[in-house]
Amino acid sequence: MYTTPFDYHRAVNLDDALKMLADNPDAKLLAGGHSLIPTMKLRLASPSALIDISALDELRGIRTDGDMLILGAGVTHAELLYDKTVAEYAPLMPDMARWVGDPMVRNRGTVGGVVAHADPAADYPAGLLTLGASFKLKSAGGERVVGVDDYFKGMFETALQEGEIVTEIHIPRQAGKGAYEKFRHPASHYAIVGVAALASPEGVKVAMTGAGPKAVRLTQVEQAIGSDLSDENIKSATENAVDAGSLLSDRFASAEYRAHLAGVLAKRALMRVK
Amino acid sequence: MSLVPVTININGTPTPAQVEPRMLLVQFLRDELELTGTHVGCDTSQCGACTVSLNGEAVKSCTLFAVQADGMDVQTIEGIGSMDDLHPIQAAFWEQHGLQCGFCTPGMIMASAEIIRRNPDPSEEEIREQLGGNFCRCTGYHNIVKAISSAAAVMREKGAEAGQAADD
Amino acid sequence: MTQLPDSNYKAPDGPQKYIGKAVKRVEDPRFITGQGHYTDDINVHGQLHAAMLRSPYAHAKIGQIDASAALALKGVHAVLTGQDLADAKVGSIPTGWLLPDLKIPPHPAIAHGEVHYVGDIVAVVIAESRALAEDAVALIEVDLEPLDAVSLGSQALAQGAAEVHPEAPGNVAFNWEIGDAAAADELFKQADHVVSLKIRNHRLVPNAIEPRASLAQYQRSSEEFTLHTTSQNPHIHRLMLAAFVLGIPEHKLRVISPDVGGGFGSKIFQYPEEVIVLFAAKKLNRPVKWAARRSESFVSDMQGRDHESEAQLALSKDGKMLALKVDTIANMGAYLTTFAPAVPTYLYGTLLNGVYKFGAVHAKVTGVFTNTVPVDAYRGAGRPEATYLVERIVSKAASELGMDAAEIRRKNFIQPEDFPYQTPVALVYDSGNYEPALDKALGMLGYQDLLKEQAEGRKNGRYIGIGFSTYVEACGLAPSALVGQLGAQAGQWESAVVRVMPTGKIEVLTGSHSHGQGHETTFAQIAAEEFGIPMEDVVIVHGDTGKMPFGWGTYGSRSAAVGGSALKMALGRIKDKATKIAAHLLEAAPEDIEVADGQFKVKGVPEGGKSFFDVALMAHLAHNLPEGMEPGLEAQYMYDPKNFVYPFGTHIAVVELDADTGHVKMIKYVCVDDCGPLINPLVVEGQVHGGIAQGFGQAILEETVYDEEGNMLTGSFMEYSMPRAEDLPMFEIDHTVTPSPHNPLGVKGIGESGTIASTAAVANAVNDALRAFGHHHVDMPFTPEKVWRAMKGGVQDLGQAADD
Ligand SMILES: Cc1cc2nc3c(=O)[nH]c(=O)nc-3n(C[C@H](O)[C@H](O)[C@H](O)COP(=O)(O)OP(=O)(O)OC[C@H]3O[C@@H](n4cnc5c(N)ncnc54)[C@H](O)[C@@H]3O)c2cc1C
Ligand code: FES
Ligand code: FES
Repeated sequence: MYTTPFDYHRAVNLDDALKMLADNPDAKLLAGGHSLIPTMKLRLASPSALIDISALDELRGIRTDGDMLILGAGVTHAELLYDKTVAEYAPLMPDMARWVGDPMVRNRGTVGGVVAHADPAADYPAGLLTLGASFKLKSAGGERVVGVDDYFKGMFETALQEGEIVTEIHIPRQAGKGAYEKFRHPASHYAIVGVAALASPEGVKVAMTGAGPKAVRLTQVEQAIGSDLSDENIKSATENAVDAGSLLSDRFASAEYRAHLAGVLAKRALMRVK
Repeated sequence: MSLVPVTININGTPTPAQVEPRMLLVQFLRDELELTGTHVGCDTSQCGACTVSLNGEAVKSCTLFAVQADGMDVQTIEGIGSMDDLHPIQAAFWEQHGLQCGFCTPGMIMASAEIIRRNPDPSEEEIREQLGGNFCRCTGYHNIVKAISSAAAVMREKGAEAGQAADD
Repeated sequence: MTQLPDSNYKAPDGPQKYIGKAVKRVEDPRFITGQGHYTDDINVHGQLHAAMLRSPYAHAKIGQIDASAALALKGVHAVLTGQDLADAKVGSIPTGWLLPDLKIPPHPAIAHGEVHYVGDIVAVVIAESRALAEDAVALIEVDLEPLDAVSLGSQALAQGAAEVHPEAPGNVAFNWEIGDAAAADELFKQADHVVSLKIRNHRLVPNAIEPRASLAQYQRSSEEFTLHTTSQNPHIHRLMLAAFVLGIPEHKLRVISPDVGGGFGSKIFQYPEEVIVLFAAKKLNRPVKWAARRSESFVSDMQGRDHESEAQLALSKDGKMLALKVDTIANMGAYLTTFAPAVPTYLYGTLLNGVYKFGAVHAKVTGVFTNTVPVDAYRGAGRPEATYLVERIVSKAASELGMDAAEIRRKNFIQPEDFPYQTPVALVYDSGNYEPALDKALGMLGYQDLLKEQAEGRKNGRYIGIGFSTYVEACGLAPSALVGQLGAQAGQWESAVVRVMPTGKIEVLTGSHSHGQGHETTFAQIAAEEFGIPMEDVVIVHGDTGKMPFGWGTYGSRSAAVGGSALKMALGRIKDKATKIAAHLLEAAPEDIEVADGQFKVKGVPEGGKSFFDVALMAHLAHNLPEGMEPGLEAQYMYDPKNFVYPFGTHIAVVELDADTGHVKMIKYVCVDDCGPLINPLVVEGQVHGGIAQGFGQAILEETVYDEEGNMLTGSFMEYSMPRAEDLPMFEIDHTVTPSPHNPLGVKGIGESGTIASTAAVANAVNDALRAFGHHHVDMPFTPEKVWRAMKGGVQDLGQAADD
């Protein structure tokens, strides 16, 4: 039940956090703690120090800048689920947030934590890919903005460099209907497969999470759909559309089954965005 | 590791303490304050037996270090109501036989409060879905779901009465 | 010798005041306000904490153990190993049920020489705090030399399989048989149709939400031990731990089991950690506590089920069932724990007759050691395994013969006039009336309409399945002489002491134990009913060997039928004596006294009379008692049942398959149970609800999976799927009432019925839906991928026992 011992630092502001992070390469940031603390309790992670950013006002808050929705990294899943601005600018976000864990998890876990942690079974990456989100990453040395297509690199791997903090998630205003469909692992409730679809004037985007090492766009489905969201086309574009080759396989779901589920969920999500 | 001073407002009482950083909030409540109504049923943050309210929102006190709660309000099962003055949710669990061994019950009650806070009139389906983070091995959830529905109804009525009283 | 009073059931003369009423539970106020008092809530002055170093290997030789780094940590008091226990001559954890030629390998609390499963304890740290103890565990260095391991029962029996214990060649713990093989063979020759079934009843983790915990204290001056522990049967714990393991004089060990957060069997047994904290408390002269974290529970709580079976059912062409033959491999895990040998034998083989009139039943069971967590009684214990097999093969028969699943059952039911019914597998069913339960359930379901909906749905790609389980089970363990003959090293009677105080308040001490069942309410209802006094005047005391008389505790749905009966009989003794005192005070003959609403009155004389309080007071003052009467008002009764009790009923599950994903949704669940008269309908229904959820869990969600090396792949709630609220519908429940003739309350157990019946009902429902895809049998658990593959026609790909 106990984690290994660690030093605890509560950052007073973002600069303070960045400085501590730069000085302390062994330290880990603590946001909602809902990925980190369970791992530490099982002693699968034993950081020597934690820098608590969970109470930083600078990472809080939901605002807009023109057509851009800007989420502080510390915005919780529950805030995404219930916030009016989010519902107006990017209703796909709450459609995903309702699937994250349970009410208690949603009250603590953060969108920044999800983005930083890059769990292959996390929900948001699918939707963020379709929404064309980008992430503001800050370090003691400066800041940069990385687009979602360049950000998620692999299983628990991102563009985030040592010393960097995800501070904001930028989401262009959602221009059409979006939907997220999830098939949960019956024990953990994480995604076995999750598929987000977005139909905007520029075209239809579909992305998948859970099934592989990282979330990816289902470009073959997108191409087959084009702009034809008729029932028949959705069916034919999603059936056997996902290749099992690169997918994860475990005792609960084989790669083949995951590929099949991805097609099913893509169909269901697309049916909802037409 | 050095101890960290904290003051946590627990069930309305500011409680100063020195805690080891790795002490989870649930351990602080149980082992330091003897508030043993909050339980531990797992070590992977799934079961919800440890649910308390933090600044008015339900959280799993096993997935939060006590140091993080410094300066915050924590409400536990001991603070939500008492034998002489049961909270409507507590009363409903009793009325509807929503518990057997009682071990999941404090967490269930705290999670129920969250469900009703988010939606004062939850449907059966919604209650079941929102209980995803709380396990009960005894009741098959049947009477827990009934208890939450009936507590929500009582609370709506009370709210309406209170609202009316305020209008008068 | 005093003659035992008649303990047969007599229906109450008139309406009852408490029994049968949905009384709100007396114990609930403390639980809903966070005042429940569980073992891990208790901390005592000077307490140390134990943490276990557990084997990461399923089978390994223990070499050097270097604890120096752990011991060097400030605040670490000791590191214990198997050698320490061996040096102190601490005994093996005993097996409480023997079978002929049973192989019982030694089961030391801390492994010695070899570890035999992942989770076996290798060393123990005792330290000032739990955190420190866990830190120190990580510093112990152990040489473990991995040995070949085996995890599946049938593989353990294979030629050349790894040997778990040298004491058990070929890994066979026992061979056991029941029924008349020759008679069965004869009937098979006459059969028009034989249904075969290869079936797996997979392994489960009980997962009571309260993890186990134990706190031991030792009083050097008096040499007395106190053990607070999560136990369903504190007296068994005391007897076994004191006499058989630690050599503590039994009267020097007090076992207290306070509030217990669910057991389901897993808290019956004597566990290594209990031995360890007792041993350490004396050695260090400090209280020592251990509380499991859930990931430890997964590899240290005794598990359930784990059978591989083959069965054949012989039928005539009109669907009459003639005979059943069963061959089962029961995986016992690495050691034989308290009741383990009884579970796949006497609690399983004897139930293979189900509710049917068979000419013969024959079963053969091979108990097998593997390098896995030991398997023992888990809710239902043997009867769910039997029920799953029988009800599954009957439904398969219906499917193969094209008969209605309800009708094939009806056709073969034992009839009401057949009771008491001698089955071909030893049991004598006490009472039963199976058809009304079936009919009532069919009515509640709207069966005919549902069949139409199902047929209609199939045309449109909607796959509904209807599954039946018409079960009977044997519970209320049990006549002591009988279980003795069968191998139990225990009696199975139950005790009650009724202590009436001078003020008329009643203290009931029972050997039975509540860990969720609600004894404090139902037993108080029984006691209050006897005199018509307020329930608040009765208190139920259980869970403390320092207070209650010897008793065998709670499991096997025995609390009401055996513990409740003991109480009823003890109350009878009180009533007798109190009536004599009242008669004396009222100057009437005892036969002319009646008691109601707490008043003793002369029949036909409404005025006057003596209150229960008056009588209790006089019993204690002894100023004016009948000639020669002993003062006081206290009685004890040790009730030894004459037979098991046999609750029964019909459970029907309705599921719908998601044709796209294979996900199974249970859309309706209807059941009619018969547990005799209901003491408290709220409590009875609660038991049924929970039982259904657990049985459903096995059919759809839960599964303990080991790889071939004996690693558990499902060792946390992240991998082991527990039923959640959203997985279940509201249950529709009703009852029929057929009293058991042989106990004074007429009651039958209801604690396990739900679990016993529901797995089969749900599995049959899924199979019914899968018939549309040409299957006669797919094995549980019905995980989505398996169902999806079955719908595609390829279950065999999953390596599961599929038989069609
Ligand atoms: C029971 C349970 C169920 C869950 N179910 C789901 C689910 O269904 N779907 C799902 O998507 N997730 C699920 N989660 C995970 C949850 O969403 C987490 O909240 C999330 O993955 C991580 O966010 P956090 O704020 O808790 O991060 P933390 O745990 O605090 O941090 C995670 C990692 O990210 C780093 N980090 C955090 N914030 C930043 C930042 N701003 N910049 C840089 N690095 C940072 C940390 O150092 C750490 O390494 C579940 C968690 C639990 C406990
Ligand atoms: S103890 Fe917190 S979720 Fe299980
Ligand atoms: S009442 Fe026992 S776990 Fe819920």
